[in-house]
Amino acid sequence: MSAELEIQVIAVIVAVACSLPGVFLVLRKMSMMSDSITHTILLGIVIAFFITKDLNSPLLIVGAALVGVLTVFLTELLNNTKLLSKDSSIGIVFPLLFSIAIIIISKYAGSVHLDTDSVLLGELAFAPFNRLIVFGVDIGAKSIYTMGAILIINLLFVIIFFKELKIVTFDPALAAVLGFMPSLVHYGLMTLVSITAVGAFESVGSILVVAFMIGPPVTAYLLTEDLKKMIIIDIIISTINGILGYKFAETLDVSIAGSMALMTGLVFLLVFIFTPKNGLMSKCLMKSKKEVLKRA
Amino acid sequence: MKVIELIAKDYTLQLVSLGSMLLGIISGVLGSFAVIKKQSLLGDAVSHAALPGICLAFIIIGTKKTEVLLLGALISGLLATFIITSIVKYSKIKFDSALALVLSVFFGGGLVLMTYIQKLPNANQAGLDKFIYGQASTLLERDVRIMFILGVVLIPVVILFWKEFKIATFDEAFAESVGFSTGRINMLILFMIVIAIIIGLQTVGVILMSAMLIAPAVAARQWTDRLSIMVLLSALFGAISGVTGTIVSSLVSNLPTGPTIVLIISGIVLLSLIFAPNRGLFRRILKNSKGYRLICEDIVLVNIYDLHFKRGEDSKNIDFENIKASLNMKEKSNRKLEKLLASLNYRGLVNKEYNMWSINDKGISYIKNNIKGGGE
Repeated sequence: MSAELEIQVIAVIVAVACSLPGVFLVLRKMSMMSDSITHTILLGIVIAFFITKDLNSPLLIVGAALVGVLTVFLTELLNNTKLLSKDSSIGIVFPLLFSIAIIIISKYAGSVHLDTDSVLLGELAFAPFNRLIVFGVDIGAKSIYTMGAILIINLLFVIIFFKELKIVTFDPALAAVLGFMPSLVHYGLMTLVSITAVGAFESVGSILVVAFMIGPPVTAYLLTEDLKKMIIIDIIISTINGILGYKFAETLDVSIAGSMALMTGLVFLLVFIFTPKNGLMSKCLMKSKKEVLKRA
Repeated sequence: MKVIELIAKDYTLQLVSLGSMLLGIISGVLGSFAVIKKQSLLGDAVSHAALPGICLAFIIIGTKKTEVLLLGALISGLLATFIITSIVKYSKIKFDSALALVLSVFFGGGLVLMTYIQKLPNANQAGLDKFIYGQASTLLERDVRIMFILGVVLIPVVILFWKEFKIATFDEAFAESVGFSTGRINMLILFMIVIAIIIGLQTVGVILMSAMLIAPAVAARQWTDRLSIMVLLSALFGAISGVTGTIVSSLVSNLPTGPTIVLIISGIVLLSLIFAPNRGLFRRILKNSKGYRLICEDIVLVNIYDLHFKRGEDSKNIDFENIKASLNMKEKSNRKLEKLLASLNYRGLVNKEYNMWSINDKGISYIKNNIKGGGE
């Protein structure tokens, strides 16, 4: 596989892997939680890194996932006091955890190589340099395998727990009565969000993970009201974003992840304006039609 | 004492403390409105969305002057705010999803521009990203002056439009009905919040700026139900955390200023949540246990009252075991009942003679007024 093709494959895998849990974040009105988690996993990575002293250790993913779940837990703990609103709870917890991470990094900046930029920004173009070598044979870029595994886990989670996710998302009270344990599904989903974010951070950087998690589901949400259709449209849109984003970046020689995020926004904008039923255009048309009728 | 000496001598420290204090005051005041309007995370979105504006300003004008970059950041921050509100207005997408989408797409666009700038010949782009991650320790006199001027402009505007802000924040429908244009007032508030965020960016950085906008206001909210006091307290908390954060970070080696400020303001939030009078968690526990005890006492009193009227005139004194039996209490709970009875006695609602209890007139009228509703 050529390096270009490898980057393209990674781009699509990352985009699709992120967008799957994103569907439920959007429907559960927790979109900003993805922004929160993608920042706080830095703390998990930092702590795990200080324990293992190895940036490639799988413990990093474990640490990040734990801190991701901790973020959700702390946010809900604050929110449950009813002393502050949900968005304020998010806005208190993640800057705090993020600050702790930054302080740890700066205190030991001299002794380790781990800077915030590499976590927050990431660069997809470097992904093919990191090879996975099994028994001395180069079998492809490492990111393809790590992100591929995460994609498969996400896909399996959504397929196996589809019924549970659906009922917990749309009617948590009924889910609790029927014994589906909403909190278990909830934290399962949050663990996946954290794992996906940490898997994607080195290729696309943690802030753009938010674009891939929220962008395609929101776009799909505009097009349908059926959960199954929404997931399928979501996968198609994220694939398109991945391909177009890479082509764009290749032509102009700019940041690949940034271009993918830009495409996500562009596709959303097109759908937002031109959706047949609820789009901005049809709304404006309807409005003017009504006015004409009024005058007549 | 050593601390004071250090501050008195160190000019940079004075400057940075002053800057952080000003920022704390401005963001404290404006953050109060964002928090009450449940738009706290707008700060996070706007500060990320500033990146493409900064890059574009640099590309078009070709200078790294603070004023130019601030202007670019301001324009793209305002554009992002406008897009977010439009998405919410014209589709079924919720505020938080719109926020997350716009934030990340703008940031992605910013990254694209940043990589484009890096390829420009003779481009001196180094430090552009520092603008967005913030470095309080490199604050210049000019930056502090900009903050001061903005503070002098923004805070009088808040005072001038106090009534309008208050009414548009709490009751939009009412504000509309008495003829205020809430659309315009909200725009003004948003505009000012965006300005505060943009000037805070280079001091504390993207993520920490969202904390500076939310945390002081959330802490202040716990201590009062009045908007005016909340805004003042919020400014005070912001100022305190700004100054102490700066000083602490200068005393400890390798301690970055922004995160230290966030740590301190988070501490203030935690203390406020726990210890605030009326709303605090500590107070809530006390209140709950007091309420529970009063209910138990009422139950005991009602039982004595019932026994009192069931019995004949000659046996108004009821012994302890009888009360216990009437309450279906367990063998072990003697002490609890004794305590409740003692408390009722202390409140003057029952009389005690040897080990016999009787309800008095005051107790009967208490029950009639408070429990049986005087219906008899």
